[in-house]
Amino acid sequence: MKILALLKRVPDTEAKILINQEGTGIKDEGIKYVINTYDEYAVEEGLRLKEKTGAASTVTVVCAGPEEATELIRTALAMGADDAVHVCDRALDRPDPFVIAAVLAKAVRAEGFDIIFCGKQAIDDDMGQVQSILAEMLDIPQVNVATAFEIASDSKRATVRRRVEGGDEKVETSLPVIVSCEKGLNEPRYASLPGIMKAKKKEIRKKTLADLGFGEAPGEARSSILRWLPPPKSSGCTMVKAEETRDAVKELVRLLREEAKVV
Amino acid sequence: MNYPLAEDERMIQKTARDFARRELASVSIEANRTGVFPEGIFKQLGDLGFMGVTVPEEYGGVDLGTFSLVLALEEINAVCASTGVTMSVHNSLANWCILKYGSEELRKRFLPRLASGEMLGAYAITESEAGSDVSGMRLSAVRKGNEYVLNGAKIFISTGNKAGAIIVFARTDPKDRTRGISAFVVEPDAPGFSIGKIEKKMGLRASTTVEIVFDDCRVSADNLLGTEGLGMKIALAGLDGGRIGIAAQSVGIAQAALDEGIRYSRQRKQFNTRIVDFQSTRWKIADMATAVEAARLLTYRAAKLRDAGEPCSKEAAMAKLFASRTANAVVYDALQMHGGAGYTEEFLIERLFRDARVTELYEGTSEIQRIVISKAVVEEFERTVQD
Repeated sequence: MKILALLKRVPDTEAKILINQEGTGIKDEGIKYVINTYDEYAVEEGLRLKEKTGAASTVTVVCAGPEEATELIRTALAMGADDAVHVCDRALDRPDPFVIAAVLAKAVRAEGFDIIFCGKQAIDDDMGQVQSILAEMLDIPQVNVATAFEIASDSKRATVRRRVEGGDEKVETSLPVIVSCEKGLNEPRYASLPGIMKAKKKEIRKKTLADLGFGEAPGEARSSILRWLPPPKSSGCTMVKAEETRDAVKELVRLLREEAKVV
Repeated sequence: MNYPLAEDERMIQKTARDFARRELASVSIEANRTGVFPEGIFKQLGDLGFMGVTVPEEYGGVDLGTFSLVLALEEINAVCASTGVTMSVHNSLANWCILKYGSEELRKRFLPRLASGEMLGAYAITESEAGSDVSGMRLSAVRKGNEYVLNGAKIFISTGNKAGAIIVFARTDPKDRTRGISAFVVEPDAPGFSIGKIEKKMGLRASTTVEIVFDDCRVSADNLLGTEGLGMKIALAGLDGGRIGIAAQSVGIAQAALDEGIRYSRQRKQFNTRIVDFQSTRWKIADMATAVEAARLLTYRAAKLRDAGEPCSKEAAMAKLFASRTANAVVYDALQMHGGAGYTEEFLIERLFRDARVTELYEGTSEIQRIVISKAVVEEFERTVQD
């Protein structure tokens, strides 16, 4: 079984994000980058499926991202993935979801697959579009926000649980399929020391857009970001003080009504 | 800390850091409170390769160097120095001695289980009358046929009651103070072996420190490391690695204390000002951070020399001396930054303060490090400078 796991390089969740002067992106200095948290679930689920379906299965990591993403791809290989495809091209600086999906579609078609796991969204721009556009382009079913995954014994169908408002939904799907992963699906393993050493010898196939058969541009962006704005500064906290609790409550209600305008 | 690391070294560091913060932190708090040794954590560390870092692959290890071990020890110790010392002794002393001086049979018998974390290793030199003066040890080993019979006791043995393999140094010749010592791998099920006093310690309460007693304890001659009389040499060579391990532990504790000091001083306000904004705090932070980085660099250098197969006794002693001194200075200042709050169990600095103290005591006191360093420096001078 050919299993793919899509991976995106994103700023560490603990990093302090600052918008650059021009408002076109974030300040890069001092930011540590990590594998998108939801993509870690995707890699882990791929590895578990491989372990379940046997030695003939492989997990290939697919990433479209800058040169610096190599170390994160290597981390996924250290977790146990077999090899990787890294589409690395300066033309992909600040792409939109449609362009990335178009690039990934070519890359995964060239690779071949029975199932694609990916994160339900990237934790940086939170767009959550790529998997759906990709599924359309590949003309395969998609199941999003998966919290449990089970392959049928004949490896031709799968049952996926997905989180919906107020409960879970159980979906049965045929393969090939793209499954986007939610927290709770699994507990991603660490890159062990032996894994890290083995990963050094595993292959990362670097591809440019030209290698994938694109001309000058990988397709027209369907969206453009006008400007990045920092979240408004919180105005802090007002302490309501009064001799009597009763008066404090009155004052609080007045503030909520007249100042905050929430009641 | 900005130090050029290779890709795999950064990955090792990240795995150690993530594991320490996500898995070890909560286990450590509980184990330090109850004093119950957290056995499970070592199987987990073993699964990740941290219990056989420098052991070759053929014996189930990862075949990395002291430098990689140091990177991992820093991260583990920053979260739990008790786990850190157990891991350091296991890797730097027990694994190393068996690999370096054990017969092929001994290596095959012990290293795979040690490297997987299934079995823990310990190292027994100290006796009640032989602390810094190693050659004063009295535990006797008398050869009888195909066995040695051991009589006496060792004290302050880290992991002594949890280990499956203890490197024991014993006197095989009562006359020769240094060449009369030999090293053995002793298993706890050896007849005549028992655990004596279990120490109640100031810090490192999630590690165990015990007396081990040998009463006509019979150990197979096959368990001899190297040859008879090689013990002192093995002990000293092992200690180079052990000291680098404790230096790394000290750096980890110091870094954690510095971080805790900064964290607290940014939150705490007095006179309407965050404590971190007072100049007295700023100067402390500058001195603490500079010392931590210097300690780290000394430790890294010693590790790299050891990996290159260069002599590193002086450098290991310097790293251990400076890093342990730094750890104690930094926990002191970081606790001061906490004020009275730092004197309570509510804050991590209270534990770091207690845990740091032993780094100046074990694997050679600071005084012993100074003897090693000054001896090397004076000898170097005499070799290279003409009067």
